[in-house]
Amino acid sequence: MEFWNDPITTIFNSLLKSFTSGGMSEGLATVLIYLIGILLFVTFAMVLDIFLVWIERKVVARFQDRLGPNRLGPFGIFQPFADIVKLLIKEDITPVGADVIMFNLAPIFSMMSVLLLWAIMPFAPKMVGVDLNVAMLYLVAAGSIGTLSVIMAGWASNNKYATMGAFRTVAQMVSYEIPMVAAILVITVLSGTMGVVGIVEAQEFLPFIFYAPLTAIIFLISAIAELGRSPFDLNEAESEIVAGFHTEYTGMKFGLFYAGELLHSFTFGGFIALLFFGGHRFFGLENLGPIVGALIFIGKALFFYWVIMWVKYTVPRIRIDHMLAFNWKFLTPLAFILLMVTALVGRLLLDSVWLVPALFLSNVFVGWMTVLYLKSHERKTREAEDAKSAVPVAQH
Amino acid sequence: MTTMQVLFLIFAAIILGSAFKVVTTKKMIHAAFWLIVVLFGVAALYAMLNAGFMAMVQVVVYVGAIAILFIFAVMLTRKELLDKGPALNDNKSIAAVLSLLSFGGLYMLLRNWSGFMNMAPALPETDMVEELGTALVTPDMYLLPFEIASVLLLAALIGAVYVANEARSE
Repeated sequence: MEFWNDPITTIFNSLLKSFTSGGMSEGLATVLIYLIGILLFVTFAMVLDIFLVWIERKVVARFQDRLGPNRLGPFGIFQPFADIVKLLIKEDITPVGADVIMFNLAPIFSMMSVLLLWAIMPFAPKMVGVDLNVAMLYLVAAGSIGTLSVIMAGWASNNKYATMGAFRTVAQMVSYEIPMVAAILVITVLSGTMGVVGIVEAQEFLPFIFYAPLTAIIFLISAIAELGRSPFDLNEAESEIVAGFHTEYTGMKFGLFYAGELLHSFTFGGFIALLFFGGHRFFGLENLGPIVGALIFIGKALFFYWVIMWVKYTVPRIRIDHMLAFNWKFLTPLAFILLMVTALVGRLLLDSVWLVPALFLSNVFVGWMTVLYLKSHERKTREAEDAKSAVPVAQH
Repeated sequence: MTTMQVLFLIFAAIILGSAFKVVTTKKMIHAAFWLIVVLFGVAALYAMLNAGFMAMVQVVVYVGAIAILFIFAVMLTRKELLDKGPALNDNKSIAAVLSLLSFGGLYMLLRNWSGFMNMAPALPETDMVEELGTALVTPDMYLLPFEIASVLLLAALIGAVYVANEARSE
């Protein structure tokens, strides 16, 4: 029963007992158990990653009216293992003039930026790597390591297309970090903490999607941009710059970028579930124990991963100037307005029963005003264009 | 020696070694990447001092924005990305004298200081981020410096917008 209620601590205590009974000092045993825990956790993430490849290929096939991998094993589930063998036996090419150390470090950094995020993933209240009190800042900081890996890859490849991909990625990631931080700030205002466990606890009454629906959409958009997936896949736009920053990578080095991207999408699915959909909560089912809670959390993360895939395989790539204008002229101001509105309403109606309806209605109001503004702006630009094209006709 | 002291020595060695590489490496881009290692090392020191918030802000602001801006500047201003050049210029003797003087001065100042042996005071059990936030908006603590910094940043922002507008209107 104890195991069922708090599996991590139970395993830790029993391991500590068996380690120290052999004469090992407690400090060393603790460090060793932490190392084993980290290793197991990372292995779990990587094994999950293998199946994410299969999920990705199956889902894209369904979106494109195909069957996807279906030969190897039931539903083609062993296809990723064949993929791995293929990637491992491919020739490992380092381009002429490449900066060898940085060329090889880049895929590692790319994977690292994702695995770092797993340290703060709260599968259940007692199943979380570290409950940092600045977890949300940590999320942003880990993202900047991802940006760094793309620059390293793009620059070290000694290839103009790779460099171009790196330029695009940096422009995109640095820009979309701002609405993402604003969205995270809204959650921080609502929950009063930046720690993941605190955020999940604050959603005990209602998930934050009812408090801040527009913020959830902003976070989803900026997460997709941060991931560099379609419609924001300018960094590897196949029709323009070959494959972007990973043009020169072969074999498993490319595999690391690819696997990192998939795991990153899943991780951001998890963060959407955590920030806006109550984390491990699902209509009281989570009371059965942390293991059930963790399964629910993984299920939610997979669902939002599917949403990200849904967007990716439905929407075409947007142009680079549209991408920047969309962020700076629309998403960033909207995110900051939402932050101010949430802070104001949250302060005025603190501890009041009207807090949730007021926040929801203010979100609807802000959304409505935005749509009205966009409509009038669009009409104005169209009229201006019409007036411009009408003048030469009148002269003839 | 405690574990913390060993860790401190490791990080200090990483910071000093990378900082040395920043000024001696011949490739511009490598200098920028070594600078990133230095900044990460400083973040690790902050984390060791129980200042998790500062550590994260260090990574977000310095690694995530400023260092990337450096790399961008190098990439956009150099014709060859693998540009090499002499690492040191003619002022190295003056620089050596200046750094010796400042290091010697610091050494003289700190030689008789007894604070090295003191243990750090125990931290209160409260949430440090909350304390920091409250301190930044309390009028008799750090409200004025905080607001002045905001105005400074706002001025920089307005200046950037003005310059960009001027370039477009020409």
